[in-house]
Amino acid sequence: MLEKIERNLMKGNEALAESAIRADCKCFFGYPITPQTELAAYMAKRMPKVNGVFLQAESEIAAINMVLGAASTGVRAMTSSSSPGISLKSEGISYLAASDVPALIVNVQRGGPGLGGIQPSQADYWQATRAMGHGDFHILVFAPASVQEMVDMVPKAFDTAEKYRMPAMLLADGLLGQMMEPVSLPEPSKSKCDKSGWAADGHKFKRPHHIINSLYLQPDDLEKLVVERFKRYETVKANETDAELYLTEDCDILLCAYGASARVAKTAVNMARKIGIKAGLFRPKTLYPFPVNELNEAAKTAKCLLDVEMSMGQMIDDVKLAINCSKPVHFYGRTGGAIPVPADVLEKIKTLGGEL
Amino acid sequence: MAVVFERPKSLLDVPTHYCPGCTHGIVHRIICEVIDEMGLEGDTVGVVPVGCSVMAYDYFGCDVIEAPHGRAPAVATGVKRANPEKTVFTYQGDGDLAAIGTCETVHSAARGENIVVVFINNTIYGMTGGQMAPTTIPGQITQTTPYGRDVKTAGYPVRMCEMLSTLDGVALAQRVSVDSVPHIREAKKAIRKAFENEKEKRGFSIIEVLSTCPTNWGLTPLEAIKRLQDEMIPYYPLGVYKDITGEETK
Amino acid sequence: MTTEILLAGFGGQGVLFAGKILAYCALTDGKELSWLPSYGPEMRGGTANCSVCVSDEPIGSPLVTAPDILVAMNQPSFDKFINAVKPNGFAFIDSSLVESKCERKDISCYYLPSTSMANENGLQGGSNMILLGKIIKETKIFTLDTVKKAIEKVVPPTKEKLIKNNFKAIELGMNE
Repeated sequence: MLEKIERNLMKGNEALAESAIRADCKCFFGYPITPQTELAAYMAKRMPKVNGVFLQAESEIAAINMVLGAASTGVRAMTSSSSPGISLKSEGISYLAASDVPALIVNVQRGGPGLGGIQPSQADYWQATRAMGHGDFHILVFAPASVQEMVDMVPKAFDTAEKYRMPAMLLADGLLGQMMEPVSLPEPSKSKCDKSGWAADGHKFKRPHHIINSLYLQPDDLEKLVVERFKRYETVKANETDAELYLTEDCDILLCAYGASARVAKTAVNMARKIGIKAGLFRPKTLYPFPVNELNEAAKTAKCLLDVEMSMGQMIDDVKLAINCSKPVHFYGRTGGAIPVPADVLEKIKTLGGEL
Repeated sequence: MAVVFERPKSLLDVPTHYCPGCTHGIVHRIICEVIDEMGLEGDTVGVVPVGCSVMAYDYFGCDVIEAPHGRAPAVATGVKRANPEKTVFTYQGDGDLAAIGTCETVHSAARGENIVVVFINNTIYGMTGGQMAPTTIPGQITQTTPYGRDVKTAGYPVRMCEMLSTLDGVALAQRVSVDSVPHIREAKKAIRKAFENEKEKRGFSIIEVLSTCPTNWGLTPLEAIKRLQDEMIPYYPLGVYKDITGEETK
Repeated sequence: MTTEILLAGFGGQGVLFAGKILAYCALTDGKELSWLPSYGPEMRGGTANCSVCVSDEPIGSPLVTAPDILVAMNQPSFDKFINAVKPNGFAFIDSSLVESKCERKDISCYYLPSTSMANENGLQGGSNMILLGKIIKETKIFTLDTVKKAIEKVVPPTKEKLIKNNFKAIELGMNE
């Protein structure tokens, strides 16, 4: 029963930090940037009390490399930032992926490009799912849509990252980071992953030395490794997708949205249903791997799709690819830090309703 | 028959990729001798750079992490903070430590990270084929200073030990050379002291080692040693720039 | 049913704090809720506002653009939001700092010189809580008991005097 569980009121950023500590994250390395600052501040307060490490690095670049160092020794380590800072971290994330080192990166997105703004945005979807650094690689991308999910996805992200030895990102935004909602915190848990086969934590003369490395000068060697990694990604795609399907069984119009914009879309779906338009919502909780099968299931009865984002339209590419462009996919979005309002999304639904 | 000279145990028995006359091998050996003497290998994590010594992970017997260019001190910080009881050292060239990684170097020193930094200064980028380094001496010809380093356009070299010695977090900042037997002995003592500092949790120790690059300098190994002595040591004076123990390195 | 509340004023007037109390009231009553602040440079003395949604169902969009209840603590906030209030909604206005009167007939407006009232009663900075008292009196969204419990949750027990002052301000607003 929901009522029986103790509910706390916490900001998304703080709840995420507490969840990470409960998931046995030993090290947090960060650098101040709005709108994720509360996360680092929470860590600064709590980590010393639980024998963890909090360190404010000299730059985003240093912070992600500290994560690389700590995570290479097998401990759970994380960093958090917001869009411009994530760009700086992209070098280190590429190295993490290339060295098969699991770690957690949190992006509390804000408007871009450049210095952009500080209001909530979803304009880093392409970066997170397509181009998180140079080279052939992917990272796991989780997309919470509530403070509770910011909590629940942290242990999940650590576990999955360790299972496949790849970096994981929680792609949140300023709205989710700053808002407070009731949240139930999980019991403390620990990693169940055996890292003794690769962690560089001192061999104690009991095993050959471990090398954490991403340099392979022979093309054949590098190709073999990358191909192996992409085989792993196939397993990830087969096993790790997650999505919420809301009122999709009979829907004529399927809205597709993740994170904060999915909350707006859900309200709009409810409003549409009230006036007799059969709308539904597909909300991916994992952006990489993208829930292709779940989307096709949700879109079964739909005559058209409406992708809603806080960007100029980035996830829409994955939506179109997933359904192989078999149905029209329309778009409604706000960008630069503007948050779409349900009434405007409803208007868009109405215009599409007229076409049905 | 008595063995009088052998490979340090923590230096792996593999063919080297370094050029003839390059002094990387000497410094690798010194580090491994110290690690053996202090019995550290099983609990040591080395962090190696981007540059000629990028593949040093093939030589060091301890666990090794290959860091992004310039980021070794940040990676080492992560290792050390997560594992305060392990021995952590970085091995970095002049481009890595004093150009792209200056920020990480300065701030890990300022924080007094309890690590050892071995800094190979040979006044040139070796791996990429001989470009100007932050330590390239005025007038020195490199691929990107074909008319000699002109301070009017390319600015002045950075003297890292002098600069870092002003920071409170630094326990030891010392410049040594490997051009002669007495200097090699001195270098070993300094590196040993750096590892001892780490053991005693004294803070950040940097040992700058003046080294040669015969290939990119366009000199024979012997000529390269002579250049180190005649041109580098006068510009980069050997000595202890900071030592919080106040002890003379014997 | 969902009640959407928008609190707006200058940074430093306790807009976010008042929103937090409402959020804790909802938590105490076992409701679904969301609390969304404006953030950034606006917090440093510019305009600050705070969206609070209270519902029996999970909250969709937490951003309030058309409030059921508006709290306007200064003139710019009044000007910006008064026409956004839903028909049959409520507006609570600090008339010490807002000179205008609302011309709409489809909403209930309450004018309290809450800043002056706070100062006269030695409750400097208590204008927000006075308006909150008035809200619970007129809308019955929460009971006084719930509000008191919420204040005790938000204000640390070490600041007992602050708790008492907040109680006093709430009651002052309720008696207007």
